[in-house]
Amino acid sequence: MKSKKIALFGLLIALAFVLSYIESLIPVFIAIPGVKLGLTNLVVLIALINFGKKEALFINVIRIILVGLSFGNAYSLLYSLAGGILSFAAMSLLLRKKTFSTLGISVAGGVCHNIGQIVVASFVLETGALVYYLPVLMISGTIAGVLVGILCGEIVKRLPPLND
Amino acid sequence: MKKNDIILILTILMISGAGLFVLNMTKSSGSFVQISIDGNVVATYDLSENGTYELSGYHGGYNTLVIKDRKAYFKDADCPDLVCVKSGTIESVGETIVCLPHRVVAEIVNKGEDAEVDTVSQ
Repeated sequence: MKSKKIALFGLLIALAFVLSYIESLIPVFIAIPGVKLGLTNLVVLIALINFGKKEALFINVIRIILVGLSFGNAYSLLYSLAGGILSFAAMSLLLRKKTFSTLGISVAGGVCHNIGQIVVASFVLETGALVYYLPVLMISGTIAGVLVGILCGEIVKRLPPLND
Repeated sequence: MKKNDIILILTILMISGAGLFVLNMTKSSGSFVQISIDGNVVATYDLSENGTYELSGYHGGYNTLVIKDRKAYFKDADCPDLVCVKSGTIESVGETIVCLPHRVVAEIVNKGEDAEVDTVSQ
């Protein structure tokens, strides 16, 4: 039971890691920092639904650190961490409410990820100018959240229960 | 998909739309005009001080930058196309005038914005 869980976690972290890499290969057409698909949110959401808060947070933080060390720098790690934790908090809150489907949960996650990132970036760069990005980032986060949410709903439907 | 999902999405989109609207209305006029020649920042002028500046471009030509009433424009230049002069005035953060022959770029900036903004989390 326990070793199965460890193996599954390893698998999920690896999956999130690969998705991060794939995402970095997808060109972004808008010249605004932070616009992205958020494919890794898929893994976090699936972990959240199948295991629970503690486990999903663990997977999320590990993959952020791994991805930050591999593809990013100290600042991008900081932004990701802020976005990842805020998005995680929002998603686990909505999941507990049980009145949202994966679509709504994913949208909340995507938008909060972008908000957390901008807030930390504003502190790091000591500028309020980044607030101009916020509306656009919220819209892009919503679109990304819808796509990831639909994907997640379909995947969860087909996956056997992971936590048995 | 549940009803709450749609409400959530619409709420977020409405907030963003309102935000965009407000930001557009209160578009911050920048405080500086930053001049770069051939990619290097060579000068930053305060928009609150009226003045006329001679810039020498990449091939030794000149562009005359004028700052008046918190707006910047190119009054004159000896480049062949004079696109920079025809570009008109700039005043809001992010607006630029480019003179390609002389490789001169004038951009409105707020102090504190720097290259680190381009760092995107993965």
